[in-house]
Amino acid sequence: MYRVGIDVGGTNTDAVVLQGKTVLAGVKASTTEDVTSGVIEALEKVIEASGIDRQRIGAVMIGTTHFTNAVIERRHMEEVAAIRLGLPSGAGLPPMVDWPDDVREIVGNHGYQVRGGYEFDGREISPLDEDEIVRIAGDIRAKGLKAAAVTCVFSGINDAMEQRTKEILQQHCPGLPVVMSKDIGRHGLLARESAAIMNASLLSLADRTVAAFGKALETAGITAPFYITQNDGTLMAADVVRGFPVLTFASGPTNSMRGAAFLTGIKDAVVVDVGGTTSDVGSLSHGFPRQASTTVDIGGVRTNFRMPDVFSIGLGGGSLVVETDKGVTIGPKSVGYRVRQDAICFGGKTLTATDIAVASGKADMGDAGLLAGLDPSLVEAAAKKIDAMLEACVERSRISSTPVPVIAVGGGSILMPDKIGDLDVIRPDNFAVANAVGAAIAQISGETDRVFSLIDGRTRESALAEAEAEAREKAIAAGALAETLEVIEREDTPLAYLPGNATRIHVKVVGEMGGHGG
Amino acid sequence: MLQEFPEENIEPLATGAWILGTGGGGNPYISTLNLRRLYAEGRRVQIIDPMDLADDDMVAVVSKMGAPLVGQERLSDPVHLARAVEVMEDYLGKPFRAIMSVEIGGSNALSSFLAGAMLDRPVVNADAMGRAYPEAQMTSFAIGNLPMFPLSLVDIRDNEVIVTRAASWKWMERISRKVCTEVGSTAATCKAPRSGREVKDWGIHYTVTKATELGRAVIEARARHDDPVKAVLDHEGGKQLFRGKIVDVVRETTGGFLRGKTVIEGIDADKGSRMELAFQNEWAVAFRDSQPVAMTPDLLCLLDTVSGGAIGTESVRYGQRVTVVALPAPELLTTPAGIAAVGPRAFGYDIEFTSVFP
Repeated sequence: MYRVGIDVGGTNTDAVVLQGKTVLAGVKASTTEDVTSGVIEALEKVIEASGIDRQRIGAVMIGTTHFTNAVIERRHMEEVAAIRLGLPSGAGLPPMVDWPDDVREIVGNHGYQVRGGYEFDGREISPLDEDEIVRIAGDIRAKGLKAAAVTCVFSGINDAMEQRTKEILQQHCPGLPVVMSKDIGRHGLLARESAAIMNASLLSLADRTVAAFGKALETAGITAPFYITQNDGTLMAADVVRGFPVLTFASGPTNSMRGAAFLTGIKDAVVVDVGGTTSDVGSLSHGFPRQASTTVDIGGVRTNFRMPDVFSIGLGGGSLVVETDKGVTIGPKSVGYRVRQDAICFGGKTLTATDIAVASGKADMGDAGLLAGLDPSLVEAAAKKIDAMLEACVERSRISSTPVPVIAVGGGSILMPDKIGDLDVIRPDNFAVANAVGAAIAQISGETDRVFSLIDGRTRESALAEAEAEAREKAIAAGALAETLEVIEREDTPLAYLPGNATRIHVKVVGEMGGHGG
Repeated sequence: MLQEFPEENIEPLATGAWILGTGGGGNPYISTLNLRRLYAEGRRVQIIDPMDLADDDMVAVVSKMGAPLVGQERLSDPVHLARAVEVMEDYLGKPFRAIMSVEIGGSNALSSFLAGAMLDRPVVNADAMGRAYPEAQMTSFAIGNLPMFPLSLVDIRDNEVIVTRAASWKWMERISRKVCTEVGSTAATCKAPRSGREVKDWGIHYTVTKATELGRAVIEARARHDDPVKAVLDHEGGKQLFRGKIVDVVRETTGGFLRGKTVIEGIDADKGSRMELAFQNEWAVAFRDSQPVAMTPDLLCLLDTVSGGAIGTESVRYGQRVTVVALPAPELLTTPAGIAAVGPRAFGYDIEFTSVFP
């Protein structure tokens, strides 16, 4: 059986076919507005290039930066109601208080604080103010908001108020998608709330995108199941993504780092993935992306997902190069997937970072002749600026002053110089499709998250072991190889308000997908 | 002489305070957001040198009381800290000259700043612990045997409590903790008022400056790609105890405290060993392969190996790469009276205090 990995970026849609540990073929196509035709093109190209029989494709793994890019570029995000249950606590720090102003404006800044919430021991801070929820429902209808996010203080201990709020909202606004924070994040109100709000604002985009993927595979006559990669480098069923697009947020960097490690065999390095719109920089340590220890910024918004520690900047192959009276600026606006039409070297009218790379002799693509009219001092200034931006983010991601190689991957990595400061830059074979390779080798996970009663001789240790065994079973049933399984999350929260010494246990294990042979 | 505390010092103060919190005191992030909002409204904090206090000046000692885990969900509001001070002023019938934090460790480092900004009163460059501790009797004022009453406590629901008298520091702790637990394990308090003389004699001095400079050293080391853990050790004259990966965390929120332990599996030079850190809001004792190797009042800090940032007892989780370091305690805490108040026996460990700093 073959595995197909597809990476749908802002600019390019890449596809690879893997047989065991061998990359049979890797191709690039342009991402299209409808997503579907780009995926079909990439699939057809890679099937042709590898010469495989499409019936023997065992699984298709899709990684996408669509949702992250939406937040970074402040596009396709819809206005949502951000409802917090917890008054009179926390009144001074309203929802989205620590967001950058522009993102807060884009999601409409419809923050509501309502009486409700729980204490740590399950008692109510205040009874839920249901009349206020009804009033907010009216507001949602009047403003025409497309979704709501509900975050209750201590919803990890008791989710009843979030459930009830969802019920009331949907009674008064039939069909309104309501995201409950308990499904998205962990302990820590602000970060969990922010993730729930971003998730709600991306639901329509998620719906369209997943539908487009399904249609593409169907059109290409592929019947194998398809998965989408999430933050921790594991796969989730495509339908789950419709409800939880934020869980894919860091999958792009995870895939490119895992892909870079797979392609080079290097275990410690800084990985720079230059796409069409953004560059992601992270560190590989012992072959795995270094995890952020606490919180991670997405487009300036603080979240507490388990994610690789990646720094993103708005610099990619399609970034606009603009001369201002204060000097030249690069990005964050980008022509994205239209670079092959809009960039000057491809006959377009927009000056992009790719044009600068071609004009300064770093890259050979399009028609360099079309750039003859560019002011050489502008080219030089822009090239310098691009180098400085890349160097700054490599410096930021570097974890020690010991020199490690920089692995350059991604279609836009033509922008990378041969050296960054004192560090050598390595470009592996198939560097341009490292993301798709990372998606193709994504891992399978199994998860347990439920309440255990520590009575009748069951101890915390035996309950944790039980939970781990369950998670392992689920992972193996989903296709993971037992001997590769590894625990990545293990958390227990005693639920003081429940009788029977109840504790909530969350264990997640991951492992390699089986069936590498064939 | 008052000195304005500039906005750009907020971040270094929070970073340094979080390290000096020795795992407790709560992550200062929420307090930082609150303080930034007050600065954005145009409010400012002035710092006063403890030695500039007149002997008969009255100083309010503020703190947010409770379990740090709770503070991450039930976000604090500076209104309540200010209210606790006002309740105390009403009770005493006289105004405070200045405000100080009971502890420089964790989010309470900023409590005096929040109350000070709200009430336009200067903040004293001192605290009563030089770190963070979970209980009222674990302060330099308690070690100095100063009076422990009255105390005011304010919650989010308009409940206001004044403990007018208590038989001892321990009784004050028991009574106020009971009330705190009842209102949700988080409350704003104004502890027994201190005279300028008492602050000069028994306060731990210049800890606002110490936390700010420690934080700045870490932030600058990160920017230079130097090892920020080493920056902490160098700045404080500390010792590295262990490096590894978190493999287990056991937590229990009981009696208004977060108790438990975290287990670290060694890497590099510590490969093959395990370290267990026992905590009661703060890291209290470090056991290496079951043997106690470091303990309170030495400051035990769990740091992110890469960023050098502190990891709290409420945010430590499976898989984190960490370094355990010990920093020297304020001198007062290592005196016999200090060890009686905050040594390992005060936390229920029948161990003789041995400092890692001979």
